[in-house]
Amino acid sequence: MNNFNYTRAKNIEDAVLSVSQNSDAGFVAGGTNMIDLLKYNLIHVTLLVDVNHITGHQAVTENADGGVRLGAFATNAETAYHPLIEARYPLLSRAILAGASAQIRNMATNGGNLLQRTRCYYFYDPHTPCNKRKPGSGCSAVGGYNRIMSILGTSEDCIAVFPSDMCVALATLDAVVTMQGVDRTRSLPFAEFHRLPGNTPERDNNLQPGEIITSIDLPANGFEKNYSYLKLRDRSSYAFALVSVATGLDLKEGLINEARIALGGVAHKPWRVKGAEDFLAGKPPTPGNFATAAEIIIAGAIGYGHNNFKIELAKRAIVRNCLMALNPESQRPGAHPSL
Amino acid sequence: MSHKPWIGQPVSRIEGQLKVTGVARYAGDYHVPELLCGYVVNSAITRGKILEIDTREAKAINGVVEVFTHQNRPSLAWFDLQYADMDAPSGAPFRPLQHDDIKYNGQPIALVVAETFELARYAASIISVTYKEERFSTDLESNKDKARNPKMGLATFLKPLPAKPSGDFDKAFSDATAQVSADFTHAAEHHNPIELFATTVVYEEDGKLTIYDKTQGTINCQLYVGNVFGLHYNDVRVISPYVGGAFGSGLRPQYQLFLSVMAALELKRSVRVTLDRQQMFTFGHRPPTMQQTRFGADAQGKVTALSHEALAETSQYEDYTEVVVNWSNMLYPAANTSFGYKLVPLDVFSPLDMRAPGGSTGMHAIESSMDQLAYALKIDPLALRLINYTDFDVTANRPYSSKELRQCYLQGAEKFGWSDRNPEPRSMRRGHKLVGYGMATGIWEAMQVLARVEALMTAEGKLEINSAVTDIGTGTLTVMTQIAADELGLPLENVTFSYGDSKMPFAPVQGGSFTVSTVGSAVKAAGKALRKKLLKKAKNMADSPLKNMSEKEVVFERGGIALKHNPDVIVYFKDIVATRKNKAIKTTNMAFPNVFKLKNYTRAAHSAAFVEVEVDEELGTIQVTRAITAVAAGNIINPKTARSQILGGMVWGISKALFEETVTDHRFGKYMNQNLAEYHIPVHADIHDLDVIFVTEKDEIVNELGSKGIGEIGLVAMPPAIANAIYHATGKRINQLPIHFDQLL
Ligand SMILES: Cc1cc2nc3c(=O)[nH]c(=O)nc-3n(C[C@H](O)[C@H](O)[C@H](O)COP(=O)(O)OP(=O)(O)OC[C@H]3O[C@@H](n4cnc5c(N)ncnc54)[C@H](O)[C@@H]3O)c2cc1C
Ligand code: SF4
Repeated sequence: MNNFNYTRAKNIEDAVLSVSQNSDAGFVAGGTNMIDLLKYNLIHVTLLVDVNHITGHQAVTENADGGVRLGAFATNAETAYHPLIEARYPLLSRAILAGASAQIRNMATNGGNLLQRTRCYYFYDPHTPCNKRKPGSGCSAVGGYNRIMSILGTSEDCIAVFPSDMCVALATLDAVVTMQGVDRTRSLPFAEFHRLPGNTPERDNNLQPGEIITSIDLPANGFEKNYSYLKLRDRSSYAFALVSVATGLDLKEGLINEARIALGGVAHKPWRVKGAEDFLAGKPPTPGNFATAAEIIIAGAIGYGHNNFKIELAKRAIVRNCLMALNPESQRPGAHPSL
Repeated sequence: MSHKPWIGQPVSRIEGQLKVTGVARYAGDYHVPELLCGYVVNSAITRGKILEIDTREAKAINGVVEVFTHQNRPSLAWFDLQYADMDAPSGAPFRPLQHDDIKYNGQPIALVVAETFELARYAASIISVTYKEERFSTDLESNKDKARNPKMGLATFLKPLPAKPSGDFDKAFSDATAQVSADFTHAAEHHNPIELFATTVVYEEDGKLTIYDKTQGTINCQLYVGNVFGLHYNDVRVISPYVGGAFGSGLRPQYQLFLSVMAALELKRSVRVTLDRQQMFTFGHRPPTMQQTRFGADAQGKVTALSHEALAETSQYEDYTEVVVNWSNMLYPAANTSFGYKLVPLDVFSPLDMRAPGGSTGMHAIESSMDQLAYALKIDPLALRLINYTDFDVTANRPYSSKELRQCYLQGAEKFGWSDRNPEPRSMRRGHKLVGYGMATGIWEAMQVLARVEALMTAEGKLEINSAVTDIGTGTLTVMTQIAADELGLPLENVTFSYGDSKMPFAPVQGGSFTVSTVGSAVKAAGKALRKKLLKKAKNMADSPLKNMSEKEVVFERGGIALKHNPDVIVYFKDIVATRKNKAIKTTNMAFPNVFKLKNYTRAAHSAAFVEVEVDEELGTIQVTRAITAVAAGNIINPKTARSQILGGMVWGISKALFEETVTDHRFGKYMNQNLAEYHIPVHADIHDLDVIFVTEKDEIVNELGSKGIGEIGLVAMPPAIANAIYHATGKRINQLPIHFDQLL
């Protein structure tokens, strides 16, 4: 870690201004990822702008359209336990609580969660090639230890996973991300916020330099009647998903009116396939139909050796989680498999 | 009121409050005026040479005091022997900064010393190193052809190599009614105590060194520092009262000790070096091991043939060995055996004893093979163990000093409900979950080595006991206090056990589960000698009521010596000391194993573990829902700390079976998951219902206390019991540890 200056931004404008004037500046929110990146000597800032003291964007509030706004600086814990979220977006609450540990969730913010970096081992080791850390240096994970890596949407240049749980639920819910730069405010649908690696794996998302995330909006429909989040991982807590599934179902007269399914742990962004959701629309919620949807979602998946198991696991997890969504009461803390 | 013995009582840890309130100081916590901080630079390559190491930019930073490399280090001891510590295997110990050679990935190649830790760490990050890389090999599997016999030495004497073959294994195996053969693979593991390795060296005004070190042996480190740096032993004092876990990693002096002492001597300043979590993966580890078993039994279930071979990793410079294959025949007295243990030298740091070294590796293979044999014979796995039960160790041709393993089996099975088990795999379920019951046996040798202890009776009538031994979190302080209090019939608050200081009488490194038997016996010996002295002095007092009394006619209780037949007559310790102008009465005594008696017996602790697992039938996820370990370890000095030891061992067993592994990328020759987020150990949510039974076991041979060590016995039986339970649940035998849930898909 190098020496750097530290400043506390008073408001959004102040924060954006400090960072836009200095290409070596960075924001710190909860710091649960940022501080590690600094300590591992992976990034070198000359100015660290602390956004935790900005007033505003700290709350969870109702929107006029019936949706809910998550302040970018509200913590993951505040969000997960907020009465509005627990009652109307329990899928989001479950997904957040399946992530990290209580201590980390108490520090981590909603904005920071969207921007956390991958957990690829090679990314964190400056002595191995990694295109995401050092563009053009190569990808060590292909042909290396890749148990945790992607099976979908990969490129030759990078097979890393975007590790967030929260974002899998946000993708399912069709959230909208709002960000502010020096001279404009803009919003992106969640599906367009994160990127696939392609040949620019150094870019995780479409946030522009100098922009700050201010809020995340949830549309009115929270799928609070039939929802489930399932997380499969190497231990029961404090481990990232190998495969996770978020499901929201809208059932009418015994048939699926609308289905939403997103996967975590399998790609460089939360993975949603419209074709699978369309397939389910109007059909009864049977294991067979869920299995067909799973095949559609997983189509084109490739394993890299150690992670081959994810292909079959993801299919089974999708089916199980959709069945769990039919019976949300059965769900267990930590998003363990139930039924 | 007569003395109620402390031995056997569940006394809470004496230092517990200090630890949980943060008052207890660990090696890296000491505040020393004008302390300098060091940060280590580690090699980025696995094998080769340093061509250039450019420290100019780092040295130019204001506040950076010095950068030590192989080029400017002081000249040091010449001979390998001078670097060999009490736990050194045969070979040439690793010497930090010796020359430009790189022997393994992560090797320390420079030490930056600066005014602050942060500055040192930053300066270390800008040192540029040019290497000449050479070909290396770190993979055990693909280097099997390089296997060779271990070199003999002191270490192989303490950890004996496998016995010679007996009978005719090949014939017995081919004649056997049931035969099983299986291959087992174990990953590397790192100890990862929560306390990071750290050393604070205080450079005293007279040039002597006071060293706060994270270690399992204060004297071991004192001798090492003396030998390597050519210092008089009396000028080196190593202190280590609190150790935040070590599990074997502190059995050898680690490189931060060397580097901090070197810097302190060169700079004539106090220096601290603390490793970070990544650096905790740059020294010893449990070696990756591959094993093959072939077991045969007759139709009645009697094991007739045992073969067990192991291939383990070692470094290119030392032959680290452990006892992997010697156990099966100690438990199951087959007449035809064949054992093998070979090493493959690779470009890694030397492996290092890690909780239940060898035993936890070998017993996994042995007890999984026994389970397989039980299925092949259609005999209940527990019944198979009982059919082959023995009180006689055929490997040494002598009986066990005591062995209540049968009671472990019976009481454990009863409490667990083993008889509810339907032996058919995949036959028991709860909803989506397959349920499996598994069991396994544990064994660990009960050793004793030698130690000295000093005992003093003070003017206040209080007892002080001194030993150089450490307390690595096992409860040593508490049980030694209990033992000492009983010797003089005192309440615990009148006994002070001082320890963790090389100035105190000799104690060996704390490992191998031999601390209680070794140091405890010495405490007993010193207590006994002090009683004699006190009685003699009391008898010589003017008008002593104890005149003419022998030790048999008195009792030590209530802070004095009382007459047995008339407890009202008592001479208080403080009055005895008062007659000597209040000068404490002291004695120093040694206890060593009674080899003449011991050589006729094998001494070992035993255990039986019973485990229930639930496996999700479609998703493969595994939970150890309950486990019971029944332990026979002689006299249990403190059932509370003992239970904690066994529970900790069981958790470790779950960890070894399902979680722990250091992953190597052999293209780079380095460990990839060097942090506690990716090096998995279980979290609370992974640990469910655990229970411990101590069966009664009387042993008048093993040592003065009749007690066997319990540091490792809680671990050894768990991994095979879990693997066996998973087989019972799923019908799948996974012989590779850790078992990942996706292997059950
Ligand atoms: C050991 C460990 C285990 C974890 N396990 C999980 C898990 O299982 N599941 C999971 O989902 N997550 C997990 N996490 C990740 C954790 O959720 C994220 O680190 C956290 O959400 C990041 O939020 P933060 O506020 O701490 O971000 P910071 O660390 O402060 O910042 C992260 C990045 O975002 C930028 N940033 C922060 N806020 C803003 C903003 N408003 N606008 C623009 N840029 C911003 C920072 O500059 C930085 O680049 C784990 C983390 C750790 C350390
Ligand atoms: S997968 Fe991506 S992050 Fe990992 S090594 Fe390859 S390029 Fe780097």
